[in-house]
Amino acid sequence: MKARVVVTLKNGVLDPQGKAIEGALTSLGVSDIASVRQGKVFDIEISAQDSTQAQQKLITACEKLLANTVIENYSIEI
Amino acid sequence: MKSAVIVFPGSNREGDMARALQQATHHQPVMVWHADYELPKGTDLVVLPGGFSYGDYLRCGAIAGRAAIMDAVRAHAERGGLVLGVCNGFQILCESGLLPGVLMRNAHLRFVCRMQHLRVEQTNSPFTHKYAARQIIKVCIAHGEGNYEADQATIDRLEGDGRVAFRYCNSEGVLGGVANPNGSRNEIAGIFSEKKNVLGLMPHPENLIDPLVGGIDGRGLFDSLASAA
Repeated sequence: MKARVVVTLKNGVLDPQGKAIEGALTSLGVSDIASVRQGKVFDIEISAQDSTQAQQKLITACEKLLANTVIENYSIEI
Repeated sequence: MKSAVIVFPGSNREGDMARALQQATHHQPVMVWHADYELPKGTDLVVLPGGFSYGDYLRCGAIAGRAAIMDAVRAHAERGGLVLGVCNGFQILCESGLLPGVLMRNAHLRFVCRMQHLRVEQTNSPFTHKYAARQIIKVCIAHGEGNYEADQATIDRLEGDGRVAFRYCNSEGVLGGVANPNGSRNEIAGIFSEKKNVLGLMPHPENLIDPLVGGIDGRGLFDSLASAA
């Protein structure tokens, strides 16, 4: 089973890297960029009986390692 | 004082740390590999040294914070044992849940490697009792992710309970502006756990123990530890 986990910074957490990318895009002449927030994508192959079980395993993965829930949110697509 | 220094793949300050501990305690610390499950019997102090454990992959300290030995380190801390984390060690303490908050990318996005003044905020701890209250010390910093961040409730709790150990300042002890090298909230350079038996800090006191190489302002921390247990 293939899954994709997306980890993003929570609202209100400063993202200096996103700000730098935003500035770089503007200086490259890419117009109308209002803001950029940088995140992470994990493409994961997982063995599970069904998507519910896979979902549970991936929640564990996110809570234990993939996301630092102090500053990050995560979402799971299967 | 028996100390153990945990070595992760990518640690690089363990030798400096061992020298500083040896100088202050007159005992050679034991080097403990991250994949071990137990600390040496009778360990008083566990140290997580600086470096780039696991190449800073995922998030700084994230993978090391879940290493096999960390269960033993957590149990040691719960028993009231002393734990010191410096630089990457501080990041590992935050990732492992032993200290609150997180160390984010420096606000200006640059790696900083320079001398830095700190103000000693608390002297009633096993780590700092040899310093004078509000003493200004000069140590070095070397990090790309030292920007301490936590939610407001956590910051209020740290401040209210006197758990900020060190703050960045200039040579006069003035806080703020360019004296803050990384954008840390409230100029926080180091914090204690609730029982003050765990300390994490970004600067490197272990590199300031010999007048030949820059000064001895780091000795206060190791002398404090030497007479703590």
